[in-house]
Amino acid sequence: MAEPATSRTISVDVNGEQIEYDVPARRLLVHFIRDDLGLTGTHIGCDTGNCGACTVHVNGEAVKSCMLLAVQADGATIATVEGLAAEGELTALQQSFNEHHALQCGYCTPGMLMSATALLARNPHPSEDDVRYAIQGNICRCTGYVNIVEAVVGTGGQA
Amino acid sequence: MLLREVEYARPATVDEAVAVLAAHDGARALAGGQTLINVMKQRAAAPEVLVDLADLDELRGIGFSSDGMLEIGAMVTCAQLIGSSEVEVARPILAEVAGTIADVQVRNRGTIGGNVCVSDPTNHFPVLLVALDATFTIRGQDGERTVSADEFFIGVYMTAVGEGELLTKINVPPSSGAGDGYAGLTIGTHGTYIVNAAATVSGDAARVAIGCVAASPVRATALEERLAGGDYSEDAVRAAAEGLGASLDPPSDVHGSAEYRRHLAEVSAVRAVLQAAGRRK
Repeated sequence: MAEPATSRTISVDVNGEQIEYDVPARRLLVHFIRDDLGLTGTHIGCDTGNCGACTVHVNGEAVKSCMLLAVQADGATIATVEGLAAEGELTALQQSFNEHHALQCGYCTPGMLMSATALLARNPHPSEDDVRYAIQGNICRCTGYVNIVEAVVGTGGQA
Repeated sequence: MLLREVEYARPATVDEAVAVLAAHDGARALAGGQTLINVMKQRAAAPEVLVDLADLDELRGIGFSSDGMLEIGAMVTCAQLIGSSEVEVARPILAEVAGTIADVQVRNRGTIGGNVCVSDPTNHFPVLLVALDATFTIRGQDGERTVSADEFFIGVYMTAVGEGELLTKINVPPSSGAGDGYAGLTIGTHGTYIVNAAATVSGDAARVAIGCVAASPVRATALEERLAGGDYSEDAVRAAAEGLGASLDPPSDVHGSAEYRRHLAEVSAVRAVLQAAGRRK
């Protein structure tokens, strides 16, 4: 029988790197990513599951890493914002964010990029409505969203 | 936020999950965690043991039972419901409602089983599954039992799933020409409800449930009886819903007074019934 334990050695693929790590059961995935792995591109905005700044991909799907325990990700493939331009070259989406001035303070940007990347993977040419629906879980308090939406739609136009 | 220390187990089979749940006081099943992890952060819940259902693939399927019911595993996510051809054929309202829950990230993780087992009166699925006359299969150490939607939702955060038990699947009758409707008022576009109503209308029978007005969804039986004649014109439905609000005893809170909820209950019921009637085949 699976014996409950207060910690677990998890095995995860993070941005293409296989990692084994002993984590307490109570550790949130976002804390594992930021504090244990040092990948501080993933932000903590609200810690209550509302703002989406902590969005990462788990097995290709956008999820909020503050609403997941690190142990729940055992066996998963995780992508964080650092994995987007792993070779140092911006993705078309990141480039489009730059060109459309789709950020001001930048705090929400990692989450926005991960949500939009997941959208573009399944829908390469999203409409404005598609984009607004896809980033509903990501809050930005600076831009008013218009430039973000234009940046994502614009990326689709290039593909 | 730091969570209180907790033990974690990830069983490989449903039987094992039930055994772990039964063996530990204060054990809770962990599905997608989109409610449970958050309430653990707030210390509103403090389970001693989390039993993660992630590896139970038999709870992740959508299919049809031998008697033609749409069978949905408890670990089916909202995103799965939205993309399911079985749901689209048998009961598309499930996908439609799933698509209005929270946001993409939550729909990717959040499960139908979790949504109903939380039994938060403001959630989307409880009221819908009562209107659709769903049945719930619960596994315990002594075997399996099924309960109707009317019996499943017992109260706020309480369902027929007892300690040491696990909800394994939800069966929904195929629409067979009936139309389904859903209406209400949310906090924010895709937030939880202030009042919601779900209706299913076939030839001359309607089944209507109202949510957020009591500890669990309330069947609008008087409305159902008045609609039995089969007249679903707007005037007839409005007339049938008159007095529905007065029959309810909803709570008052910061989002709406009891009086406003009574009003919303009638408006939502009318809209849900009219939508359902318009979708009959």
